[in-house]
Amino acid sequence: MSLDNKEVSQIAYLSRLQVEENSLESITADLNNILNLVEQLSELDTDSVEPMSHPLNMTQRLREDEVTEKDQSDLFQNIAPKTGKSHYLVPTVIE
Amino acid sequence: MEFHQFTLKELQMGLREKKFSSVELTNHFIKRARNSDLNAFITITDDLAIEQAKKADSLIAIGQLNDLTGIPYAHKDIFCTLGVKTSAGSKILDPFISPYDATVSEKLNDSNAVMLGKANMDELAMGSGNENSFYGPVKNPWNHSKIPGGSSGGSAAAVAAKISPFSTGTDTGGSIRQPASLCGITGLKPTYGRVSRYGMIAYASSLDQAGPMTQTAEDAAIVLKTIAGFDKKDSTSADKAVPDYEKSLNNSLEGLKIGIPQEYFSEGLEDGVKQNVLDAIKEFEALGATVKEVSLPHSKFAIPAYYIIAPCECSSNLSRLDGVRYGYRCESPKDLSDLYIRSRSEGFGEEVKRRIMIGSFALSAGYYDAYYLKALKSRRLISNDFQEAFKEVDVIMGPVSPSTAWDIGSKKDPVSNYLSDIYTLSVNLAGLPAMSIPAGLSNNMPVGLHIIGNYWTEERLLNIAHQFQNQTDWHKKSPKGVD
Repeated sequence: MSLDNKEVSQIAYLSRLQVEENSLESITADLNNILNLVEQLSELDTDSVEPMSHPLNMTQRLREDEVTEKDQSDLFQNIAPKTGKSHYLVPTVIE
Repeated sequence: MEFHQFTLKELQMGLREKKFSSVELTNHFIKRARNSDLNAFITITDDLAIEQAKKADSLIAIGQLNDLTGIPYAHKDIFCTLGVKTSAGSKILDPFISPYDATVSEKLNDSNAVMLGKANMDELAMGSGNENSFYGPVKNPWNHSKIPGGSSGGSAAAVAAKISPFSTGTDTGGSIRQPASLCGITGLKPTYGRVSRYGMIAYASSLDQAGPMTQTAEDAAIVLKTIAGFDKKDSTSADKAVPDYEKSLNNSLEGLKIGIPQEYFSEGLEDGVKQNVLDAIKEFEALGATVKEVSLPHSKFAIPAYYIIAPCECSSNLSRLDGVRYGYRCESPKDLSDLYIRSRSEGFGEEVKRRIMIGSFALSAGYYDAYYLKALKSRRLISNDFQEAFKEVDVIMGPVSPSTAWDIGSKKDPVSNYLSDIYTLSVNLAGLPAMSIPAGLSNNMPVGLHIIGNYWTEERLLNIAHQFQNQTDWHKKSPKGVD
């Protein structure tokens, strides 16, 4: 598997990242080197292996569905880049 | 003797016997932190530290003290600290003053330890040399032109340079053990789930684990006891009692079975490192242990499996850093998409962007099975290797890093950095506990011995490390100029 510049631009967009035109070449090369490295896994026969998404063999803990958080919106909004009338503000989405 | 020449345990005794006060200690270490040119700290919290030290002294005066009361420490800048900047080494979190405490921070506060400041680290814990920090590289106290290791590089350098009696670290692929090894200190990565991840800025959630970085195993036992334990705020934290790790430090090692994986001594391992590690293992034979060869046949697949799994998890975790609710926002965004894209592109460094992109790619439609699922299956094989080995031996020993610390700026391409994590990654993939302890010097740079145990055997690992430190003085060696 090898990525070309166009695919890398698309992956960058999916990641909400911008790749400058003049560094696209070197980023594509870096990503391809990493993909080459991970390609080694194809040597392994994993057909009958159960995937391991978590290191511990534990079951998900459940809790009562009750409100535990108190309202701290002022505290949290204090550190936001831009707020107004208790909302987080972003550029206009719908005219 | 000056305060910085004491271990945490000795400082604890001194405070208890009222030989000195926490304010005296704190002033001493703040001065050392301020005078240091290692760049080990992102933020030094002088005023807060003195305030905490005064409180500790008043508690000591009335006999209300815990294990860490009045002891100064460096807190990795990945742990949220109420009212104190928590950047995780990233520009995107440079404006972030945390509105809450991580559980680890809370536990340290509850025990009235004294935070000197927030330790430098690779951006968002991604790196093996601490060169990826937005705040610049950290220097290795043993040789200022070399890296301290990463990602907990500031934490390791602070302990090695005796700027701080202990530090906190986190380990996703070796980030406690590798810098501990390269700086000649003791580092412990506990079993996954032992220490709460709540308020620890997430890199790869199924691998991240916090632990102590100290001068000695005894000190690590004291710190772990304080920070470990069940936390209902972390759904992956384990509901298991925390033992008194100090209690068993003096147990005998008679009959201990040590496994040596042949795969950890193959090509790519520096001769000096290999020799030190083999010599250290011989010490254990003198202490009554037996050594046998074991095999971890899937070892080499740890690098490819990790560099799929960790980027996948990080690409998902870091989507929350978008310039809307906290952290960095770009200047005058023209629309929402521009806000996201420019805030993230200006806020993240190169290595973080690479890992996010690899993750986005590996999780995307059409590639998920070939990459992510394949890596999860490989992870199972790597984990099974350890369980096979632990049928025959109690612990596994080997090197932590294939080389001693390298020169700052010498590893330019990402893949050569990744390869240096060969011995540490598989432990995180399996979720096992492991330590690095000082085991020698090669060309005047420290070498660490890796001790890997089965799940929940921190107590035994600390015992083994402590017994080694009773017999050797590698952990007492200090860099030149640090006396």
